[in-house]
Amino acid sequence: MLKQYSFEKTAVQTFDDKTSLAIKTEDLQVFYGQNHAMFDANLAFPKNQITALIGASGSGKSTYLRSLNRMNDGIATVTGKIWYHGVNINEPGVNIYEIRRHIGMVFQRPNPFAKSIRENIVYALRANGLKKKAELEERVEQSLKGAALWDEVKDNLDKSALSLSGGQQQRLCIARSIAMAPDVLLLDEPCSALDPISTVKVEETLLELQKKYSIIIVTHNMQQASRISSQCAFFHLGHVMEYVPTGTMFSNPQIPVTQDYIAGSFG
Amino acid sequence: MNAKRTDLLATILIDLIVASVVGILFFLLAYILTAGLPHVSWSFLTGATDAFSGAGGIGVQLFNSFYLLVLTMLISVPISLGAGIYLAEYAKDNWRTSLIRSAIEVLSSLPSVVVGLFGFLLFVVKFKIGFSVISGAIALTFFNLPLLTRNIEESLSAVSRSQREAGLSLGLSKWKTEIGIILPVALPGIVTGIVLSAGRVFGEAAALIYTAGQSAPVTNFADWNPMDAASPLNPLRPAETLAVHIWKVNTEGLASNAAALSAAASAVLIIAVLLFNLGARLLGTYLYRRVTASK
Amino acid sequence: MEQTNFQLKKQDAQSDEWEAQLHHATKATREDWIGRGISYFCIGIIILVVASMLWFITSKGIATFTQNHVSLWKFLSGTNWAPDQGQTGALPMILGSFAVTFAAAIVATPFAVGTAIFMTEISPNKGRKFLQPVIELLVGIPSVVYGFIGLAVIVPFMRHLVGGSGFGIISATFVLFVMVLPTITSMTVDSLRAVPRFYKEASLALGATRWQTVSRVILRSATSGILTAIIFGMARAFGEALAVQMVIGNAAIMPKNLISPASTLTSQLTTGIGDTIDGTLPNNALWSLALILLLMSLVFNALVRIIAKRGQLKHER
Repeated sequence: MLKQYSFEKTAVQTFDDKTSLAIKTEDLQVFYGQNHAMFDANLAFPKNQITALIGASGSGKSTYLRSLNRMNDGIATVTGKIWYHGVNINEPGVNIYEIRRHIGMVFQRPNPFAKSIRENIVYALRANGLKKKAELEERVEQSLKGAALWDEVKDNLDKSALSLSGGQQQRLCIARSIAMAPDVLLLDEPCSALDPISTVKVEETLLELQKKYSIIIVTHNMQQASRISSQCAFFHLGHVMEYVPTGTMFSNPQIPVTQDYIAGSFG
Repeated sequence: MNAKRTDLLATILIDLIVASVVGILFFLLAYILTAGLPHVSWSFLTGATDAFSGAGGIGVQLFNSFYLLVLTMLISVPISLGAGIYLAEYAKDNWRTSLIRSAIEVLSSLPSVVVGLFGFLLFVVKFKIGFSVISGAIALTFFNLPLLTRNIEESLSAVSRSQREAGLSLGLSKWKTEIGIILPVALPGIVTGIVLSAGRVFGEAAALIYTAGQSAPVTNFADWNPMDAASPLNPLRPAETLAVHIWKVNTEGLASNAAALSAAASAVLIIAVLLFNLGARLLGTYLYRRVTASK
Repeated sequence: MEQTNFQLKKQDAQSDEWEAQLHHATKATREDWIGRGISYFCIGIIILVVASMLWFITSKGIATFTQNHVSLWKFLSGTNWAPDQGQTGALPMILGSFAVTFAAAIVATPFAVGTAIFMTEISPNKGRKFLQPVIELLVGIPSVVYGFIGLAVIVPFMRHLVGGSGFGIISATFVLFVMVLPTITSMTVDSLRAVPRFYKEASLALGATRWQTVSRVILRSATSGILTAIIFGMARAFGEALAVQMVIGNAAIMPKNLISPASTLTSQLTTGIGDTIDGTLPNNALWSLALILLLMSLVFNALVRIIAKRGQLKHER
C-alpha cells in the first residue's frame, strides 16, 4: 500500500534574474478526458543544462514532457502557460510546427523512419525548404557526429535505418532531432529500450550536447539522472513534489516523499 | 469410447468436406481451362466481334476491360486515398465519424447491380451521357471506393503511432507526415489491396451492363485521339467489357458456338484475375521487403 | 506571476521577433490546411455518392406507389407480374430471391464451417499454405464465370437428372452455394482464429476430445462471428445478379417447385430495365424491385451490427 503524502508540502526551486531560462511552465494542467493527470506544474528549465524528470510510472513526467512541444495536442487537454522566448506557446494561434522545430523530441522506443540513414535526417530538413545538396550533406555529417554515430555509419548512409541496432537507431533519432537545429531537446526515457553499452553512449552524447542545447530528459533510472543531469525534478501522482539541483536531490532530499522514493520505498 | 468415436467421425466428415471444397475449385478451374483454352488463339484475343451474333474475337472487349480498369483506378485510387487518410488521421471518435463509417459500410454492401442501376439512372437517364466508358468507370468507382478506402485506412492505421510522433516531433505537418512517412510504410498493404480490387473490377459485369453498355463498336486502333468518335480512347463511346461479353453471349447471343466462345472468354478472364491475385501477392511481398529491409 | 513572465521576456531581447515567428503561418500550416481540405473533400464525395444513391433509388422506387398509385400491399403480395399490363405483383421475385438466398446459405454453411475448422484446428499448416489461397481464388472468380459454368454444367445436369429445362431455383442455389462458400469460409476462419488459445488448451487439458473442444468450446465462443459470416454470405447471394439470372430461367411466376424456371429481384432487374421507358409503370415497378434490394442490403447490414453488439456484450460479461 502506497503511503499518502501531502501534496501541499513541496520543495520547488525558482531561478533568479541572472539565470537564462529555456522554458518555463506556469500552472500547467493536463486532462485526459475526465482524468486529471497533471496538477499545477510550475517549473523553469535553465539553458544549456540537462534537467531530469524522475518519478514512478504514472507520475505524469512523460505527460508533462509531451506537453512542452505540444505533442499532447489532440490527445489531452493542456491548460496553463508555457513560456518560451517570452512567448506563451500554449495558446491557440501558435504555430505548433514551428514550436516543434525549435523544441525537438526523442521518444522511448527508437522510431527511425523506414528510409535510409541519410534520408532520416534530411527528410524533415527538405520539407522545411533546405534544398541545397551540399548543405544537406553537411547537416547529415554534423548531426551524426553530434549524436556520436558518424563513425559507425559514415560508409553506409544509404543503408536502411531499420538495419541499425537499437542503440544506433536511438542515436540516429537524436541526430535527426538535432539536425533541425532546435534549442531545446526533450527526451522521453530514451534509454529504456537499450542495453547498457548503448545507454552509456547515449549518455555521453547528451553530456556533449548540453553545450549547445537545453535538455530535458524523463528517466525512470535514478542512476542515470544523477550521472547526467544538473537539475532534477521529482513527480508524484501528477504533482511536482521537489525540484532541486541534482546533487541535493540524491544526497539531501527535502521532503518525505522524495526521501522515500530515493530510498527505494516505492516506484 | 463414445466420445472418441464421435471425434473420429467428425474428423472424417470434415476431411470429406474439405476434399469436396478443394474438388469444386479444381473442377471449376479445370473445366474452364480445358473447355476454354483450346479456343484461345491470337486471332481470338485480338479479333473483332460479329456485332449481330456475338461470335468472333474479343479484341475490343479485352481492350475495353483494361481501359475501364485503368480509368476506374485513376478515379478511385486518389479519392480512396484521401478518404482513407481522413479516416486514419483526421476523423475524431464521435458520432459523425461513425455515421461516415456506416455510410461506407452501406455502400460496400450494396449489390453491384444496384450500383450499376444508380449509374444508369445518373449518367444515362439524367445526364444523357449514354452508355459510355466514362459512365462505366464512374459506376465501377462507386463500387470500388468503399473497399479501397477501408483497405487504405487499415493499412495506414497499422503503421505504428511512433512513426507519426517521429514526423510530428520534427515539425512536419500532419499531412506531410502521413504522405511522406506513413504512406511509404503502408504501401505494400495498399498496393496489394489495389491490385486485388483491380481483379474484382476486371471481372465485374452487373454494374456495367447499363452503364458502359453491351455493345463494342469496332474502333480504329490507329487513332489514339480521345476526341475522335472511332478512337479506342474516346471516353464517350459504349464499351462492352470481357465480363459483360460473356454474359451477353450466354443470354442473348445467337452464335452457334456460344459455349466454346464463352468458355474461351472465361478462361481469359480467369487467367487475368489469377494474374492479378498473383501480382498482388508478389508486389506486396516485394514492396514490403523494399520498405523494411535495406536495399 | 506577472513579474516572472516579465522576467523571462526581459531576458530575451528578440522576444517580439519570436512572438512573430511562432505565430507566423509556415509551409507546414499551409500544407495541413491543404491536406485537410483534400481529405475532407474525398470523404465528402463518398458521403455524397451514398446519400444520392439512397435518395435517387428511393425516390424512383416509391414512384410506383405515389405516381402510379399501386398499393404497397398489392405490390408485395401480388403474384402476377406483367407491369406492361398493369399487373405489378412482385411476390414471385421476392420469394425467388429469399428462396435461393436461404437455400444457398443452408447448403454452404456446413461446408464453410467444416473447412474453417479444418483450416484452424485440424491442419493449420495446410490451411494457411494451401486452402487459404484456394479460398481466395474462389472469391476472385468473377460472377459471370460462375454463371457460365452454371449454364454449361449445372443446368444440363439438372435437365438430365430431373427433366424439364434445367433452369430453376435448384440450379441457382448450386451456383450461389459455390459463390458464397468462400465468403462464409474466410470470415468463419477469422472468427475461429480469434478464439483465445487458452480456451482450447483448457478444454484439451480437461481431457476433452478434439471434436468436443471444437463443438462445445470453440464453435460456441465464435458463434457471433460465424453468424456474421453467414449474413454476409446471404447478403452476397441476395444481391448477386448475373450468375443467378443466367441459370434461374427468369420466369416471373410463382415458383411451383425447385426445378422450374423462376426469377429473383436481381434477375428481373437485369433483364427488364433496359427494355422499359423511364417514368412509365413498368419502369417504376422495376425501380421498386431495386428499392427492395437496397432495403434488404440495409437490413443485412443492420443484422451484422446487432450480432456484433450482442457478441461484444457476451464477451464483456
